[in-house]
Amino acid sequence: MLFHLIITDKTVAQHDHIAELEHQPLVAKGESYGSITEKITNDVLETKTPRSMSVTLAVTSMLLLVFVLAIGAVLLKGPGVWGNNNPVGWAFEITNFVWWVGIGHAGTLISAILLLLHQHWRNAINRFAEAMTLFAVMCAGLFPALHTGRQWLDYWLFPYPNTMGLWVNFRSPLIWDVFAVSTYFTVSAMFWFVGLIPDLAAMRDKSKKHWQKVVYGVLAMGWRGSAHHWHRYETSYLLLAGLATPLVVSVHSVVSFDFAVSLVPGWHATIFPPYFVAGAIYSGFAMVLTLMIPARRWYKLESFITDRHLDYMAKVMLATGLIVLYGYMCELFFAYYSGSLYEMFMMKNRIFGPYWWAYAALIFCNGLTPQFLWFKSVRTNVTVLFIISLIVNVGMWLERFVIVVTSLHRDFLPSSWDMFTPTIWDWGLYLGTIGFFVWLIFVFVRVMPMISIFEIKHLLPWRGRIIDTSADAN
Amino acid sequence: MRLFAKRPDIYGLMAEFDAPEKLLYAAERAKSEGYHEMDAFTPFPMEELTDALGIRHTKLSLFVLCCGLAGMIGGFFFQYWAMAIDYPLNIGGRPFNSWPQFIPVTFELTILLAASGAVIGMIFRNGLPRPLHPVFNVDRFELATKDKFFLCIEAIDPTFEQEKTKAFLESLQPTYVTVVEHVRTKDPYHHDED
Repeated sequence: MLFHLIITDKTVAQHDHIAELEHQPLVAKGESYGSITEKITNDVLETKTPRSMSVTLAVTSMLLLVFVLAIGAVLLKGPGVWGNNNPVGWAFEITNFVWWVGIGHAGTLISAILLLLHQHWRNAINRFAEAMTLFAVMCAGLFPALHTGRQWLDYWLFPYPNTMGLWVNFRSPLIWDVFAVSTYFTVSAMFWFVGLIPDLAAMRDKSKKHWQKVVYGVLAMGWRGSAHHWHRYETSYLLLAGLATPLVVSVHSVVSFDFAVSLVPGWHATIFPPYFVAGAIYSGFAMVLTLMIPARRWYKLESFITDRHLDYMAKVMLATGLIVLYGYMCELFFAYYSGSLYEMFMMKNRIFGPYWWAYAALIFCNGLTPQFLWFKSVRTNVTVLFIISLIVNVGMWLERFVIVVTSLHRDFLPSSWDMFTPTIWDWGLYLGTIGFFVWLIFVFVRVMPMISIFEIKHLLPWRGRIIDTSADAN
Repeated sequence: MRLFAKRPDIYGLMAEFDAPEKLLYAAERAKSEGYHEMDAFTPFPMEELTDALGIRHTKLSLFVLCCGLAGMIGGFFFQYWAMAIDYPLNIGGRPFNSWPQFIPVTFELTILLAASGAVIGMIFRNGLPRPLHPVFNVDRFELATKDKFFLCIEAIDPTFEQEKTKAFLESLQPTYVTVVEHVRTKDPYHHDED
């Protein structure tokens, strides 16, 4: 009943929205159902790969080799190749894990939460952002999986009946993480695939080569756009969005429990779950901009991903950036107000200690840089926005690095203090996952429609208006 | 009764429209003419068709709710059984049934099962995967995923009479009307002009 109400409400909102669309179209004027299909499918089936994309693929392919090498080093020599030591038992692994999971969250936010909030502009970017989620979670999951040390026993993380008669410890946040991340990956993959089915059918019907018809046809499972199917499809899609929304919030909360449930000063804070979720969305939107700005230019998608879309994304970044900044201030206040010697020392050490440069850079990247987004001229300047998005990506990585390393390296017992210095394999694996991620994104853009065709069509107003398709070549 | 009825010679009649409102009008008219066994094919979801075609509201939500509850109850009691009965583990002196710590996994399993139910339920209730369907025998049907809107009245409908239904469909301003064969053959009404 509840969902029925939502559906009805959605239809009403759609009609109201049409009036708004007349003023500022989300799809550029002159686009029709035919031209949308032509443009988006041709980018995969017909258009020659843009040169700048070939170059990106070449560079990321090289990073992919670094990735393989870095994994090989860990598998052969063990985690000793990394710079981890006794107080700092995990450094890059957990930093990168949280960074990547966070990046993934923007995809779910765009595809699920914005769908429920009737933010129609999401229709142009959700496919791309969902793909980003999927690939980011793949990169994220790799780090804890490698950090276990004996990676061939990673299946021990799952509860399965075994000869030892032992179960996993369900009271541990690390096991919550296993469930959260694997559920997140599965649900994101299903959401993405369900969104793709009608577009795969469009690809099947558009492709001319036999093997392409077969591949897209098998994936589309015989989708024929039947009204009965659409009805069930829309219900399913809405339910998935409704389920993915609390899921995305739970995943980063659980990630933050890895820290917050412990007793380490700088980790043991109740603000962690909301502050992590906001940070995740912040970094995720930065990554969407980082990837989408070049992709939009290379594939000339300005009529679907308009400047208005970039402006909206920048606003989300500004809002979540402010929440993150508020989180930093809360951490300062908590340390001061706790009256705990260890908490106060940790904060002093974080700001003035040997890793002061990381904290200063973090405040510069995440505290100051997003403030430029208050200006519309900045939000609509693609180059500046691209640079800001890169700075925010760096800033969010530094945030996790600061939280992890500065809290661990000087703990309760001064005799066990030590410094963490990353080795070439730490950097290698990190850069390798970036290569792997960007490589996957651009391969995806090459083989699948990167913009949701049917959802863009849904944005064209049609009630009482005949759409002129006479210009299309059939 | 239908089980023993002779299969009609054709699957049905299909009309192609070039605009969504024409299809919507046609579907409403067809319903008022008394046709029930019909379906529309569109490149994007048109919520208005649900009423126009008299599609019953799907029970998918109920199925998803059941899946979610199964995940929740199963997930929680599995943890309880594993941690308190099968192999009680004393972790930091906490009670064996430390239920607040079972909530995150319970929650994730609720979502996992409900979401799987939403996807699998939608695909199988839609009768997919089904790579071959009579409507694909219509030559121009591949435009149904692009910019054309189709209405198909099936021959099993009691009101269906091939010539009468064809005349009715032609009165609705379609681009053209064609026969949907069970097996792909030459289209009798369609002449290759494009």
